[in-house]
Amino acid sequence: MLAKTKNKVLSGKRLSKEDAIKLFETDDIFTLGKLASYAARKKNGNKAYFIKNIHINPTNICVNRCKFCAFSRSKGEEGAYEMTIDEIIHKLRAMSYELQPPYSEVHIVGGLHPDWPFEYYLEMISRIKKYFPKICIKAFTATEIDYFSRISGKGIVEILTELKRHGLDTMPGGGAEIFDIGVRNQLCPEKLSGEGWLAVMKAAHKAGIKTNATMLYGHVENYGQRVDHLLRLRELQDKTKGFQAFIPLAYHPKNNEIGGTYSSGIDDLKTIAVSRLVLDNFSHIKAYWIMLGEKLSQVALLFGADDIDGTIIDEKVTHSAGALSSKGLTAGELINMIKKAGKVPVERDSFYRKLKVKSQKRDVNE
Amino acid sequence: MNKHKRITKKEGLALLKNSDLLGLGEWADGIRKGLHPEKTVTFIVDRNINYTNICINKCTFCAFWRDKEDRDAYVLNKDELYKKIQETIALGGTQILMQGGLHPDFDIEYYIDLLRSIKSRFAINVHGFSPPEICYIADKSDLTIKETLNILKAAGLDSIPGGGAEILSDRVREILSPKKIKSSSWLKVMENAHMLGMRTTATMMFGSVEKPEDIIEHLEAIRNLQDRTGGFTAFIPWTFQPGNTELGSKGQRVKGSKEGTVPDLRTERSEVVEPGLSPHAATAIEYLRVLALSRLYLDNIENIQASWVTQGLKIAGVALRFGANDFGSTMIEENVVAAAGVSYRVSMEDIIRTIKNTGFKAAQRDTYYNILKEF
Repeated sequence: MLAKTKNKVLSGKRLSKEDAIKLFETDDIFTLGKLASYAARKKNGNKAYFIKNIHINPTNICVNRCKFCAFSRSKGEEGAYEMTIDEIIHKLRAMSYELQPPYSEVHIVGGLHPDWPFEYYLEMISRIKKYFPKICIKAFTATEIDYFSRISGKGIVEILTELKRHGLDTMPGGGAEIFDIGVRNQLCPEKLSGEGWLAVMKAAHKAGIKTNATMLYGHVENYGQRVDHLLRLRELQDKTKGFQAFIPLAYHPKNNEIGGTYSSGIDDLKTIAVSRLVLDNFSHIKAYWIMLGEKLSQVALLFGADDIDGTIIDEKVTHSAGALSSKGLTAGELINMIKKAGKVPVERDSFYRKLKVKSQKRDVNE
Repeated sequence: MNKHKRITKKEGLALLKNSDLLGLGEWADGIRKGLHPEKTVTFIVDRNINYTNICINKCTFCAFWRDKEDRDAYVLNKDELYKKIQETIALGGTQILMQGGLHPDFDIEYYIDLLRSIKSRFAINVHGFSPPEICYIADKSDLTIKETLNILKAAGLDSIPGGGAEILSDRVREILSPKKIKSSSWLKVMENAHMLGMRTTATMMFGSVEKPEDIIEHLEAIRNLQDRTGGFTAFIPWTFQPGNTELGSKGQRVKGSKEGTVPDLRTERSEVVEPGLSPHAATAIEYLRVLALSRLYLDNIENIQASWVTQGLKIAGVALRFGANDFGSTMIEENVVAAAGVSYRVSMEDIIRTIKNTGFKAAQRDTYYNILKEF
């Protein structure tokens, strides 16, 4: 059944919408996995990447109420919090040993705070950069960028340029959810539209900011809508080449309005594999272990993924919605997972540059 | 390798050491399809009742045992026991899995009384007493294994769980569980039980100190016995859980953890305590590989169980495509694994949903794999 698609993959031809849907529908997960592995090997050899990183979520106060989100709160609501810049710096320093942070990237995403001005975010970025000049700052989803534009009255390009000037290095790929308008109206009617998300990313790429892309799957969408999402990403990537990694995010059903179930492990593996095969212009497919679980992420390395994200330290957003994974892993654990999958672990920086082997060795023995 | 012939030890070892997992999985999936073409994945509704945690064996991989003097040592009284069984039946359960520590004061009279009092009150299958317990009972009462089994069977014991097998290699057992029965005794209990017409399961705990050769030795021993008796209903491979155990935590046994919070031993795991012990638990890929190989190697055992208790539901679902055809028990209560810090709270609905989302029909079965109810 997959013979035609298989030939296309082996001869390096681009897959169509129909091919992709067929791949999602197939019961033959082994052929799918082998094809995706083949595609992954062509891009990244036998390497599997990880990064030492830390997540900072400056606030969970958010003016939007996305129905799948269990993290957001209103101002004054129980459990609502906001961090001052001093607190953020303090947290980053507390994790460091003799000013040597055990991470090379700070990942910052948060709620759309009703009162914080855009200048607050600029100051946040520049002060982190000042304290930790060598740490890459990966911050703010397209949704947040769009919000900054609205609260400040500045254009998207201006927002991006100023953030970059203050020290922003790369952007995460969150907020993409599923682009389809019908799905979006059900999930997150207040959120930036799919077209808006793509427009912000296009502007970021033009401004020289590399970004990731995501897709939240396993809620109300169908395979056709997943494929449409992937194809729109592929189309933009053809134009800009600004996406670094694609990260399929498994929906979590706890503590939100949508409910439903966790995605099945087989669906997770299929989604990784189809993404690898369809997104032929993306260098990296990431199995984000916070959302897939440590065990499934490792298996995903045999289904086309070449990256398992990082040590993370203190994840909050997905754990609010019932993540069963840990809140952080040591580099030693990540390296072990990768090696046991038969891959070569490579510690990377935010731009997929290999970090020195020496530091890796030390961390394994930590 | 001829895929239609029985796998030799040498071939098994090669598959375990260096084969492509997807190829191995596809092969095991094909064998599973041939044995169970109906696309149904079964599970049993049962409850794990641990009648005591007092144990003289003190295996290094176990987080459950206590000394008699420990403040959280217990022996279940009959009222508690009956209540647990009543609850099990009310939840549609058909079996109790009854296992416990090797209590220094119990002899066969305790077990006879236990079985009779259950059987006179409840119509439920008693799947009880793994081989180390059977050997211990025999020893305490100066009986042969066969005599012991006969007496217990007459008192109401229906079938025997395959626990305590760990790895059937005495080299490994010497490190893991020096006081526990040797491989030959485990196999002898099972052979005698099968001869008396009792069905049993077989397990294998891996991911501790064993070598690939030990896993093959284990599979070979099970296959050989099954050739002679045909008494095993299922094989259940599962992975060693390092939390709160002597083996997993630098020899510092965490006592009383059941009452407090289970400490996170993740960060402490990196200390190697025993020669050859990996600081990490077996990963999902190692689990799927051993599972698939078990399906292929044990060509005379009909059912292979996925271990959601040690792997979580996602990997247990994936395991259904790597050779497994059964989801084991709903585990109304699981004290032993929870004591090692692994606790997946899972309902019967979660299990049914996982089976269905993976593309199978879900069905409740009894101890002997007869289908009771389809979902």
